Amino acid sequence: MSEVRISEHTVDTTAEAAALSGLTNAGALVTFSGICRRDEDGSPIAALFLEHYPGMAEAEIERHVEEAKTRWPLLGVRVVHRTGRIEPGETIVFVATASSHREAAFAAAEFLMDYLKTRAPFWKKVERAGGSTDQWVEAHDKDNAAAARWRKPKDAAE
Amino acid sequence: MKVLYFAWLRERIGKAEEEVDPPASVVTASDLIEWLRGRGEEYALAFNNPKIVRVAFDRTHVQPGAKIAGAREVAFFPPMTGG
Repeated sequence: MSEVRISEHTVDTTAEAAALSGLTNAGALVTFSGICRRDEDGSPIAALFLEHYPGMAEAEIERHVEEAKTRWPLLGVRVVHRTGRIEPGETIVFVATASSHREAAFAAAEFLMDYLKTRAPFWKKVERAGGSTDQWVEAHDKDNAAAARWRKPKDAAE
Repeated sequence: MKVLYFAWLRERIGKAEEEVDPPASVVTASDLIEWLRGRGEEYALAFNNPKIVRVAFDRTHVQPGAKIAGAREVAFFPPMTGG
Protein backbone atom coordinates (compact mmCIF):
# COMPACT_ATOMS: atom_id res chain seq x y z
CA MET A 1 0.00 0.00 0.00
CA SER A 2 1.40 3.34 -0.97
CA GLU A 3 0.19 6.89 -1.27
CA VAL A 4 1.80 9.93 -2.87
CA ARG A 5 0.19 13.32 -2.34
CA ILE A 6 1.03 16.90 -3.19
CA SER A 7 -0.86 19.42 -1.13
CA GLU A 8 -1.09 23.11 -0.33
CA HIS A 9 -2.33 22.29 3.15
CA THR A 10 -0.50 21.71 6.43
CA VAL A 11 0.70 18.11 6.80
CA ASP A 12 -0.73 16.26 9.81
CA THR A 13 2.32 14.05 10.42
CA THR A 14 0.66 12.16 13.29
CA ALA A 15 -2.31 11.16 11.13
CA GLU A 16 -0.01 10.28 8.20
CA ALA A 17 2.11 7.98 10.40
CA ALA A 18 -0.98 6.44 12.00
CA ALA A 19 -2.19 5.42 8.54
CA LEU A 20 0.74 3.00 8.32
CA SER A 21 1.21 1.97 11.94
CA GLY A 22 -1.59 -0.60 11.92
CA LEU A 23 -0.29 -2.61 8.96
CA THR A 24 -0.33 -6.34 9.51
CA ASN A 25 3.16 -7.68 10.08
CA ALA A 26 4.81 -4.26 10.20
CA GLY A 27 7.64 -4.40 12.70
CA ALA A 28 9.18 -1.08 11.78
CA LEU A 29 7.80 2.30 10.83
CA VAL A 30 10.24 5.07 9.87
CA THR A 31 8.96 8.61 9.44
CA PHE A 32 10.89 11.64 8.20
CA SER A 33 9.70 15.24 8.22
CA GLY A 34 11.58 17.93 6.32
CA ILE A 35 10.85 21.19 8.14
CA CYS A 36 11.16 24.79 7.00
CA ARG A 37 14.14 26.33 8.87
CA ARG A 38 14.09 29.82 10.38
CA ASP A 39 17.35 30.73 8.63
CA GLU A 40 18.69 30.15 5.14
CA ASP A 41 22.37 30.88 4.43
CA GLY A 42 22.75 32.56 7.81
CA SER A 43 19.92 35.09 7.61
CA PRO A 44 16.33 34.83 8.82
CA ILE A 45 13.51 34.00 6.44
CA ALA A 46 9.81 34.85 6.52
CA ALA A 47 8.72 31.85 4.45
CA LEU A 48 9.57 29.47 1.63
CA PHE A 49 7.53 29.33 -1.54
CA LEU A 50 7.38 25.91 -3.20
CA GLU A 51 6.65 25.65 -6.92
CA HIS A 52 6.15 22.29 -8.66
CA TYR A 53 5.46 20.76 -12.05
CA PRO A 54 1.93 19.32 -11.65
CA GLY A 55 1.67 15.83 -13.07
CA MET A 56 5.41 15.25 -13.36
CA ALA A 57 6.05 15.77 -9.63
CA GLU A 58 3.55 13.05 -8.65
CA ALA A 59 4.76 10.73 -11.43
CA GLU A 60 8.41 11.14 -10.48
CA ILE A 61 7.78 10.43 -6.78
CA GLU A 62 5.56 7.44 -7.64
CA ARG A 63 8.27 6.05 -9.91
CA HIS A 64 10.74 6.18 -7.01
CA VAL A 65 8.24 4.62 -4.61
CA GLU A 66 7.92 1.70 -7.06
CA GLU A 67 11.71 1.52 -7.32
CA ALA A 68 11.98 1.44 -3.51
CA LYS A 69 9.47 -1.42 -3.39
CA THR A 70 11.63 -3.48 -5.76
CA ARG A 71 14.71 -2.87 -3.60
CA TRP A 72 13.26 -3.46 -0.12
CA PRO A 73 10.39 -5.58 1.26
CA LEU A 74 8.09 -2.67 2.09
CA LEU A 75 4.60 -3.05 3.52
CA GLY A 76 3.62 0.57 3.13
CA VAL A 77 4.90 3.93 1.87
CA ARG A 78 3.49 7.43 2.22
CA VAL A 79 4.95 10.59 0.72
CA VAL A 80 3.36 14.01 1.17
CA HIS A 81 4.95 17.15 -0.32
CA ARG A 82 3.74 20.66 0.36
CA THR A 83 3.54 23.40 -2.26
CA GLY A 84 2.80 27.11 -1.94
CA ARG A 85 3.84 29.33 0.95
CA ILE A 86 5.38 27.52 3.92
CA GLU A 87 6.41 29.27 7.13
CA PRO A 88 9.29 28.31 9.44
CA GLY A 89 8.44 25.32 11.60
CA GLU A 90 5.98 23.86 9.07
CA THR A 91 6.56 20.51 7.37
CA ILE A 92 7.65 20.72 3.72
CA VAL A 93 7.88 17.02 3.04
CA PHE A 94 6.86 13.87 4.91
CA VAL A 95 8.03 10.34 4.10
CA ALA A 96 6.95 7.19 5.95
CA THR A 97 8.04 3.64 5.21
CA ALA A 98 6.85 0.46 6.91
CA SER A 99 8.48 -2.94 6.78
CA SER A 100 8.84 -6.10 8.85
CA HIS A 101 12.30 -5.00 9.99
CA ARG A 102 13.97 -1.66 10.55
CA GLU A 103 16.84 -1.95 8.03
CA ALA A 104 14.50 -1.87 5.02
CA ALA A 105 12.35 0.92 6.48
CA PHE A 106 15.34 3.16 7.27
CA ALA A 107 17.05 2.55 3.93
CA ALA A 108 13.90 3.09 1.86
CA ALA A 109 13.06 6.36 3.63
CA GLU A 110 16.56 7.69 3.00
CA PHE A 111 16.51 6.52 -0.62
CA LEU A 112 13.17 8.26 -1.23
CA MET A 113 14.34 11.53 0.35
CA ASP A 114 17.63 11.55 -1.55
CA TYR A 115 15.86 11.03 -4.87
CA LEU A 116 13.05 13.40 -4.05
CA LYS A 117 15.51 16.24 -3.48
CA THR A 118 17.33 15.79 -6.77
CA ARG A 119 14.77 14.32 -9.21
CA ALA A 120 11.29 15.46 -8.23
CA PRO A 121 10.40 18.76 -9.97
CA PHE A 122 9.99 21.15 -7.04
CA TRP A 123 11.71 24.53 -6.59
CA LYS A 124 12.09 26.61 -3.45
CA LYS A 125 12.07 30.38 -3.29
CA VAL A 126 13.07 32.20 -0.12
CA GLU A 127 10.96 35.08 1.12
CA ARG A 128 13.30 37.09 3.35
CA ALA A 129 12.25 38.63 6.63
CA GLY A 130 12.31 42.39 6.20
CA GLY A 131 11.01 42.44 2.65
CA SER A 132 14.18 42.24 0.53
CA THR A 133 13.94 40.55 -2.88
CA ASP A 134 12.88 36.90 -2.94
CA GLN A 135 15.59 34.48 -4.03
CA TRP A 136 15.47 31.03 -5.63
CA VAL A 137 17.33 28.39 -3.63
CA GLU A 138 20.29 26.91 -5.52
CA ALA A 139 20.76 23.15 -5.83
CA HIS A 140 23.42 21.67 -3.56
CA ASP A 141 26.14 19.30 -4.75
CA LYS A 142 25.83 17.36 -1.51
CA ASP A 143 22.25 16.42 -2.44
CA ASN A 144 23.45 15.03 -5.79
CA ALA A 145 26.18 13.09 -3.99
CA ALA A 146 23.58 11.70 -1.55
CA ALA A 147 21.40 10.49 -4.43
CA ALA A 148 24.36 9.08 -6.37
CA ARG A 149 25.18 6.52 -3.67
CA TRP A 150 21.95 4.62 -4.44
CA ARG A 151 22.78 4.19 -8.11
CA LYS A 152 23.15 0.69 -9.43
CA PRO A 153 26.21 0.00 -11.65
CA LYS A 154 24.09 0.03 -14.82
CA ASP A 155 23.00 3.63 -14.05
CA ALA A 156 26.56 4.92 -13.70
CA ALA A 157 26.63 6.40 -17.20
CA GLU A 158 23.63 8.67 -16.54
CA MET B 1 4.39 21.59 -29.30
CA LYS B 2 3.67 22.92 -25.85
CA VAL B 3 6.64 24.36 -23.95
CA LEU B 4 6.57 24.90 -20.18
CA TYR B 5 8.91 26.99 -18.03
CA PHE B 6 9.36 26.77 -14.27
CA ALA B 7 10.89 28.78 -11.41
CA TRP B 8 13.37 31.46 -12.56
CA LEU B 9 13.08 30.39 -16.20
CA ARG B 10 9.36 31.18 -16.02
CA GLU B 11 10.07 34.52 -14.34
CA ARG B 12 12.75 35.57 -16.82
CA ILE B 13 10.72 34.60 -19.87
CA GLY B 14 7.57 36.09 -18.38
CA LYS B 15 5.25 33.19 -19.11
CA ALA B 16 4.58 29.71 -17.76
CA GLU B 17 3.78 28.05 -21.08
CA GLU B 18 3.35 28.63 -24.79
CA GLU B 19 2.77 26.80 -28.06
CA VAL B 20 5.76 26.88 -30.40
CA ASP B 21 6.35 25.59 -33.91
CA PRO B 22 10.11 25.29 -34.42
CA PRO B 23 11.62 24.56 -37.86
CA ALA B 24 12.58 21.02 -38.87
CA SER B 25 16.25 21.78 -38.11
CA VAL B 26 15.37 21.71 -34.38
CA VAL B 27 15.87 18.04 -33.54
CA THR B 28 17.11 17.86 -29.93
CA ALA B 29 16.34 19.64 -26.66
CA SER B 30 19.60 21.59 -27.07
CA ASP B 31 18.53 22.69 -30.56
CA LEU B 32 15.25 23.92 -29.12
CA ILE B 33 17.09 25.95 -26.45
CA GLU B 34 19.28 27.55 -29.14
CA TRP B 35 16.23 28.36 -31.24
CA LEU B 36 14.36 29.83 -28.25
CA ARG B 37 17.41 31.96 -27.36
CA GLY B 38 17.02 33.70 -30.68
CA ARG B 39 13.43 34.74 -29.95
CA GLY B 40 14.23 37.69 -27.71
CA GLU B 41 16.16 39.17 -24.83
CA GLU B 42 14.03 37.47 -22.19
CA TYR B 43 14.79 34.03 -23.69
CA ALA B 44 18.49 34.85 -24.06
CA LEU B 45 18.56 35.83 -20.38
CA ALA B 46 16.67 32.71 -19.25
CA PHE B 47 18.93 30.42 -21.27
CA ASN B 48 22.20 32.34 -20.81
CA ASN B 49 23.72 29.22 -19.20
CA PRO B 50 22.04 26.33 -21.02
CA LYS B 51 24.23 23.77 -19.23
CA ILE B 52 22.34 24.17 -15.97
CA VAL B 53 18.87 23.98 -17.54
CA ARG B 54 17.05 20.67 -17.04
CA VAL B 55 14.67 19.24 -19.63
CA ALA B 56 11.67 16.92 -19.55
CA PHE B 57 9.73 15.46 -22.50
CA ASP B 58 6.16 14.50 -21.66
CA ARG B 59 6.94 14.68 -17.93
CA THR B 60 10.04 12.48 -18.03
CA HIS B 61 13.60 13.70 -17.44
CA VAL B 62 15.82 13.64 -20.56
CA GLN B 63 19.37 14.65 -21.44
CA PRO B 64 19.86 17.84 -23.51
CA GLY B 65 20.92 15.75 -26.51
CA ALA B 66 17.65 13.78 -26.51
CA LYS B 67 15.61 13.92 -29.71
CA ILE B 68 12.28 15.70 -29.39
CA ALA B 69 10.73 13.28 -31.89
CA GLY B 70 7.02 13.11 -31.02
CA ALA B 71 7.10 14.83 -27.62
CA ARG B 72 3.93 16.87 -27.08
CA GLU B 73 5.10 18.70 -23.94
CA VAL B 74 8.64 19.99 -23.43
CA ALA B 75 9.52 21.49 -20.04
CA PHE B 76 12.55 23.57 -19.07
CA PHE B 77 13.49 24.16 -15.43
CA PRO B 78 16.41 24.78 -13.06
CA PRO B 79 18.03 22.00 -10.99
CA MET B 80 15.44 20.79 -8.50
CA THR B 81 15.41 22.02 -4.90
CA GLY B 82 12.43 20.28 -3.31
CA GLY B 83 12.29 18.05 -0.27
